[in-house]
Amino acid sequence: MKPYTKTPVGAHYGTSGFLLQRFTAVVMALYTLGLFVCLAWHGPASYADWKALFAGAFMRVATMLFFVALLGHAWIGMRDIFMDYVKPMGLRLTLQFAVVVALLFYLVWAASILWGR
Amino acid sequence: MSTAPTPRPGQPARPKYYDLSLAHLPPPGLVSIFHRISGLLLFFPILPALLYGLQETLNSPEGFARWQQLIARPGVKLIALVVVWAYAHHFFAGIRFLLLDMHIGIAKPPARASAVTVLILGVLATLVVAWRIW
Repeated sequence: MKPYTKTPVGAHYGTSGFLLQRFTAVVMALYTLGLFVCLAWHGPASYADWKALFAGAFMRVATMLFFVALLGHAWIGMRDIFMDYVKPMGLRLTLQFAVVVALLFYLVWAASILWGR
Repeated sequence: MSTAPTPRPGQPARPKYYDLSLAHLPPPGLVSIFHRISGLLLFFPILPALLYGLQETLNSPEGFARWQQLIARPGVKLIALVVVWAYAHHFFAGIRFLLLDMHIGIAKPPARASAVTVLILGVLATLVVAWRIW
């Protein structure tokens, strides 16, 4: 008799989402640590300090990277919450659509704050 | 996912019972549900509020001064502490989950100990910020 060789683990549809959420978490954690050290080192007491902090190209790109990572992270995270608690498919997809639109809105908003002035 | 047993014919449907109390959850369960709740709060309303704050404080010295006055109000400080707790708990719990994903501390005793650590670190970070802003 031929032994059963197929690994019964599904098609790994969820693996990319799982990995995306972890990778984006690492990006945001590193940014958080960097910003925390930066703010603890010299707390921006004045408007000039605060503006100078976000004036550098590195800080702008790093902050933008944070928001790009957040888009992917919250996309998966909110989807997981809806998949657990919202059973009617129409409502679940409507909420998911609203989340994606909101996250894209946040991303463009962040870009306009960082570069739009 | 569990499904309710189908009622036998001639019998009334069984009542549904949801235990919504978090007090009976073990520490890892608390870390998990607070990670969810804090994540939801961070998505909305914390993130748009922070983006609005970033926009206003960077736009003009007047906006910066306005937000400095705003954050000095006791009620706003309390809201700020909720924001700090949500971010800190999500951060520490997330690091714990990343370690668990890499099979670090996955046995029951270390997993429980790390859960307690995460809960304490979240509150501790909030207390440190509370001490700094008051």
